[in-house]
Amino acid sequence: MAYIVYDGSFEGFLSVVFHCYQYKITPSDICKDANFQDILFADKETVATDEQRAARVWKAVQKKLHKRNKQLLFKAFLSEETDIELMLYRFIRRLLDSNFSIETDYGDTNVLQLKKLERKVMQEAARMLQFVRFQETKDGIFFAPIEPAYDVLPFVIRHFKNRFADQQWLIYDLKRDYGFFYDLKKAEEVVLSEKSFSTTDGKVDSNFLEEDEVAYQTLWKDYFNSINIKARKNLKLQRQHMPRRYWKFLPEKQ
Amino acid sequence: MQEKVQQKLKILADAAKFDVSCASSGNSRKNKGGIGNAVAAGICHSFTDDGRCISLFKILMTNNCIYDCAYCINRRTNDRPRATFTVQEIVDLTINFYRRNYIEGLFLSSGVIKNPDYTMERMMLVAKKLRLEERYFGYIHMKAIPGANQDLIQQAGKYADRLSVNIEIPTEFQLKKLAPEKNYQSVLQPMNQIKEGIQIYKEERKKYRRIPKFTPAGQSTQLIVGATPESDRQILQLSSSFYNQQQLKRVYYSGYLPVNEYDKRLPAMQSPPLVRENRLYQSDWLMRFYQFSADEILTEEHPFLDLDVDPKLAYALRNLHMFPVDINRADYPLILRVPGIGVQSAKMIVDARRFRRLTSYHLKKIGVVMKRAQYFITCNELAGRVLDWEPSRLKSHIVAESQMKKRKAGDTQLMLFPPQARITGQPKQLYF
Ligand code: SF4
Repeated sequence: MAYIVYDGSFEGFLSVVFHCYQYKITPSDICKDANFQDILFADKETVATDEQRAARVWKAVQKKLHKRNKQLLFKAFLSEETDIELMLYRFIRRLLDSNFSIETDYGDTNVLQLKKLERKVMQEAARMLQFVRFQETKDGIFFAPIEPAYDVLPFVIRHFKNRFADQQWLIYDLKRDYGFFYDLKKAEEVVLSEKSFSTTDGKVDSNFLEEDEVAYQTLWKDYFNSINIKARKNLKLQRQHMPRRYWKFLPEKQ
Repeated sequence: MQEKVQQKLKILADAAKFDVSCASSGNSRKNKGGIGNAVAAGICHSFTDDGRCISLFKILMTNNCIYDCAYCINRRTNDRPRATFTVQEIVDLTINFYRRNYIEGLFLSSGVIKNPDYTMERMMLVAKKLRLEERYFGYIHMKAIPGANQDLIQQAGKYADRLSVNIEIPTEFQLKKLAPEKNYQSVLQPMNQIKEGIQIYKEERKKYRRIPKFTPAGQSTQLIVGATPESDRQILQLSSSFYNQQQLKRVYYSGYLPVNEYDKRLPAMQSPPLVRENRLYQSDWLMRFYQFSADEILTEEHPFLDLDVDPKLAYALRNLHMFPVDINRADYPLILRVPGIGVQSAKMIVDARRFRRLTSYHLKKIGVVMKRAQYFITCNELAGRVLDWEPSRLKSHIVAESQMKKRKAGDTQLMLFPPQARITGQPKQLYF
């Protein structure tokens, strides 16, 4: 019975997998550093993150996965579900031990659960494409605050880079305090120490907004209200497609 | 200046709202150094209070129409505020909304101002300006104005991703009655022209690599449901011929809203026929994704869709001899016919059964609606129950059961609609 603690990163988790293989350990729990509370367990073991070892596990796993499932494990990991580590560990073990791919064995609870978690994470990423809203600032940068339930920002950068290729933009995750800035050539990760926007709803200080910004927000809001058909009112359906937690970033919902 | 645009925007968005087609899918277009691209799946950027998706900036160029169609709120006899956008105003709004990620593109429609050519030319200019001056590569959906010069439609097709002509009224006779200034020919003519344009493009494409695209996302149309007495079977057969002969990408159905109550040519109605509209969308899905034909969905003896049950269940009840389906053996198309199994579940079933025999426990986990499916399948341990039932009894049994569930959920609004069915006008996925 081994209780393993790691730093909470995906590389850290893969290092744990390597460790277990090396010492033939069957972990009874794999825990993020921050979450581990009980120090009573005698055989608590801390595994340090080792990028090379992580890379070896990743490569071995990649070889066995179908190309549309290459990111399955990472995406499911991002769900931060309780026990996600054990689920992934069991999956990796089975995957490496078998001669054929097992990713579509949905009759297996573990496989099915990972698939569902992956879907959940990717749905959150898809919602970023829908509900990101840019505000144009005086220095010509389009700024969008987000607060996704999972850490999905890296998955959506390419989309915004392709689409908004001729404008500078910054998409910032308020919850995790980091973002990506695109300077017309490349998109790079940034952490802002000083912020000219609200850290709760991401609204840019009106002194920094481009002249027409407020006007376009108003026009958009007018459009939103005028295109609605009152006779078909269905707020429940609206919330189902566009949950409340996104509203504070949407000018049309202010 | 802004106030003027604001006024126009309110009037012309309000005037455009009854046109349901909003889908921005069907084409991917790369951004070549400017602004925007189109992604194949389409993206909804917001949802109005009626629960419908806002994907495209849907707007009329003008509601100052010279025609007088009975079913239309913008007809000239109506006393309403009128407005007309300039080409530049539409371009500016589109680009600025797009840059803020409010929209997926532009859907430009219009009433007929002066004459069809004048109208079409202005619309074409909007698209041209967006593409050439703004270097905009996002989605553009445009209406082709019936009766407009062929050259103009041809040009519009070069800049737009999708062109559509709304047929609105399913039969020629009824169309004449309600829209005396239009005729079937003027609607079908541009439709055929667009179809031919696409075919020519495809042919030429084989010979020369680089020729300008022609409406790469194809064309679509809209039918108003409930304003005239056509049966659902007539409507579905018409849609089916649009899909097969005219190669349309989408047909939209719009439950008739009594906008001009004074016009006695139209039926009196309390509320729009939303359930019927929803059933038509479900049937449309069956034709496009579930490999059903129009004649399978409705027969001569049953020309109207059953409002109590969805068309897939109705089909199963009429064809009990095809069931039960063996989940562990049957081919994919047959599994797809089982009520309670959607496309996603059907695919997962076919994938998963290679590893082990599936039981009802597995099916439930995968997402099959067992309450429904149980009567129509056999799997490892579940014997088919279909044989014990007589169709009409099975139907009332299923209906009663699903209504009980809804009542428990305490939601009165849902009573009208099956929980899985969406009435957004364009369901993304149906689990039936
Ligand atoms: S032509 Fe179009 S806008 Fe004009 S009245 Fe007829 S349906 Fe309405």
